[in-house]
Amino acid sequence: MSDKPNSQRSAVAPTFRSEPAGLRPGSTTSDTARMAVPPIEPERYEFFAPSAYHFEFDRREFFRIFGCGLVIVCVLPEASAFQESGRRGFGRGEQLPQKISAWLHIGENGTVTVNTGKVEMGQNIRTSLTQAVAEELRVSPGSIRMVMGDTDLTPYDMGTFGSRTTPTMSPQLRRASAAALDALFDLAAKTWNADRAKLVAADGAITDPSTARSVKYGELLKGQELAQVIPAEDPLVPAAQWKVMGTSLPKVDGRDFVTGTHKYASDLKLPGMLHGKILRPSSFGATLASLDTKTAEAMKDVTVVHDGDFVGVAAPTVELASRAVASIAAEWKSSPQPSRKELFEYLKQNPAASNGFERGGAHKMGDVAAGLASADTHSEQTYTVAYIAHTPLAPRAAVAEWKDGKLSVWTGTQRPFGVRTELADAFHIPEDHVRVQMPDAGGGYGGKHTGECAIEAARLARAAGRPVKLVWTREEEFTWGYFRPAGVIEAKGGVRRDGTITAWEFHNYNSGSAAIGTPYDIPNQHIEFHATKSPLRQGSYRSLAAAANHFARESFMDELATLAKMDPLEFRLKNLKDERLRAVLEAATKKFGWQSAKSSPTQGFGLACGVEKAGYVATCAEVAIERPSSFSVAQVRIVRIVTAFDCGAVVNPDHLRNQIEGANVMGIGGALFEAIDFENGKILNAHLSAYRVPRFGDTPKIEVVLVDRKDLPSAGAGETPIVGLAPAVGNAIFAATGVRLRSLPMAPNGIKV
Amino acid sequence: MSKITELHVNGTARTVDADADTSLLSVLRDQLDLTGSKYGCGEGQCGACTVLIDGFPRRSCITKVGAAAGKKITTIEGLAPDGNLHPVQQAFLTVNAFQCGYCTSGMIMSAAAFLNANANPTEPEILRFMQGNVCRCGTYQRIVAAIQQAALTMKEARR
Repeated sequence: MSDKPNSQRSAVAPTFRSEPAGLRPGSTTSDTARMAVPPIEPERYEFFAPSAYHFEFDRREFFRIFGCGLVIVCVLPEASAFQESGRRGFGRGEQLPQKISAWLHIGENGTVTVNTGKVEMGQNIRTSLTQAVAEELRVSPGSIRMVMGDTDLTPYDMGTFGSRTTPTMSPQLRRASAAALDALFDLAAKTWNADRAKLVAADGAITDPSTARSVKYGELLKGQELAQVIPAEDPLVPAAQWKVMGTSLPKVDGRDFVTGTHKYASDLKLPGMLHGKILRPSSFGATLASLDTKTAEAMKDVTVVHDGDFVGVAAPTVELASRAVASIAAEWKSSPQPSRKELFEYLKQNPAASNGFERGGAHKMGDVAAGLASADTHSEQTYTVAYIAHTPLAPRAAVAEWKDGKLSVWTGTQRPFGVRTELADAFHIPEDHVRVQMPDAGGGYGGKHTGECAIEAARLARAAGRPVKLVWTREEEFTWGYFRPAGVIEAKGGVRRDGTITAWEFHNYNSGSAAIGTPYDIPNQHIEFHATKSPLRQGSYRSLAAAANHFARESFMDELATLAKMDPLEFRLKNLKDERLRAVLEAATKKFGWQSAKSSPTQGFGLACGVEKAGYVATCAEVAIERPSSFSVAQVRIVRIVTAFDCGAVVNPDHLRNQIEGANVMGIGGALFEAIDFENGKILNAHLSAYRVPRFGDTPKIEVVLVDRKDLPSAGAGETPIVGLAPAVGNAIFAATGVRLRSLPMAPNGIKV
Repeated sequence: MSKITELHVNGTARTVDADADTSLLSVLRDQLDLTGSKYGCGEGQCGACTVLIDGFPRRSCITKVGAAAGKKITTIEGLAPDGNLHPVQQAFLTVNAFQCGYCTSGMIMSAAAFLNANANPTEPEILRFMQGNVCRCGTYQRIVAAIQQAALTMKEARR
């Protein structure tokens, strides 16, 4: 499409819709958000990507690709600080700003296309972001198309993690939508020579009630090439007035999943595509001592690649590729490595230099020694957490294709741009020669930040001269991905007879610093994260270390309550001022019936609470202790869970409930039975038959109480609801049996009573 | 090695070319482009690959294609041949009984087979039958609700 002269090209003058009370331009993003949604915690184990995305499209190219219409470009909040206040347009030949976070395009047919680097893997942001745009732009959700996680078509995004989509991307898309609506109002007013203030918008059309004239957005935009850049300042529809947000819009493409038509990365097929298999080392860190690939090379249609310690094959079928890789004779040289039986001793004895990601060293307040001295009683305990595996049901998969020196990869990853960087580095090519596309993925949970599978597929594809698909086996997924960090946590606390906590000392070795602090009001504190070496490769996992730190803290809180001879709820409330946390505690215990829940040797009740990533959670658990009379080992069955959750204004109640239910179920595995077993550089239980994940029979009745705070910004919800499960269950087990379990998993083979 | 050259899938005779000991899942996915059945574990432990063979739910990842030849195979793509969703599919949508959706095909196939054999299931019966299907997003409670809802719908339809 030519860039024909058009009087509408120049900037649309900044206009703002009337400001809702309490929501002024600027305050929605900066002040309020800063208050309720802290910037992403620089956590040691959240993978980070380099920034500085250079965007190559100019305006002309944009309309050539997307067609006529209106485009609104969002700049990153930090970049907008350097822009002039107010929106601006950009003219012919002008480059788009480099720090773009998203854009929105309305075409001549009325289709709204939204491009964001965030990705979908089951958390249902494709739906919630659609709601955000529909709300502000006043169009039906069905007219919106979300383009997500395509490095050629979406602006740079660090990755989908840290529960950041709802607090950061959603407001930006809403602002873009609000700006688009303003531009449409301007255009309609000008076209009709009407009073702009009297126009109304609904269902994708603008109407002038005084003349009953109405025009669809697409018709209004025919032949137009309007473009605007917005800083993060437009006012948004307040939650109390939401019509689309705040409702339980079903998953927008749900039908594709129940009919099996959705294509995950592993389902893609390109013409002439081969299948890859990789020869895996005998143990972690092993290097090749000898290699014989003659048999594989003699196989018809098989490509063998040997490049350093990388050995793989590509063949027309998976079966042939498997036979070829099995025929390779290799000897590996490995060195001794720590095993699971010595793990916790190893973590305590092998400090690592700071890598700069943990939060500013030790947190010290008051005088812990003096606080302990002023206590009537005190306790000191050690908790441990095992390495666990994310085990997304879809293992890593990638399809790679080289064309004219450029590489295209389709892969399920939480960081398409990070994977692009990994590919560019691996093949010594510029990033603009690499395109990564992310088909909505089959689970992530923090486990799909890296691009190993993509690199392997691309290496094979380059050698074969044809596209290659590589799907990791479950065993490879268990072995060559990365794990939730193991850790040792030491807690010490003093308490007075009246239940006042006087001192709190808390040390986390290796597991991580997320939620390492305490929400309780304790005058004397020493809280510190200690980086250590890790025997296994480790990384992000749903809620990072918040699950481990909550397990230790909330278990220890119960231990102190026992010392003070107080009810666990009463003890917490006595030491807690935070109103939002008190509110969820009260909501959960009320629904649960805490006051009348009296534990017995066969039935236990426990609770836990916490704050993380601006989400406030309280979880109550009921467990049954099932003990055949002649055995000394009892089995634990979780009977009922009640979770109350406050994440600000609720965007989609049903999907939020689904996340909270799912987080609790996933938490059951880490709480009771999941653990990676390893010895000398090998994983010993790298199969689903050997690594137990929660199943139907493990699932309790889960009840969710949503504390909908329409007066507060929406926070993310995919992670935090997991943190209460393990301590609530541990506390319930103690309440029934008097046995305090301080190691996760707590009962892989039942508990000794 | 004997070769399998034809499978009866979703009501149609389809030409394939596979050694008899190849997994049924890989033939369905790679040769017939029926990618609704998923690989999850390769050892029959997760149920993502579940298809119906002569109406019985089978883990296609550990089923040799030779064992399926000559039998009626139904995959998720064949569950609603006329475009009208099967009651189980509709119930999964209504209840939002999924998150990432990767387990969904296998869950639906298992549940459809189960309801064919047991029109009035109790909740413990549902849990026991579905124990072999894994949902890592943890939507089990919703899946049970969806199966109960589908059972009701199917009962109504029989009246």
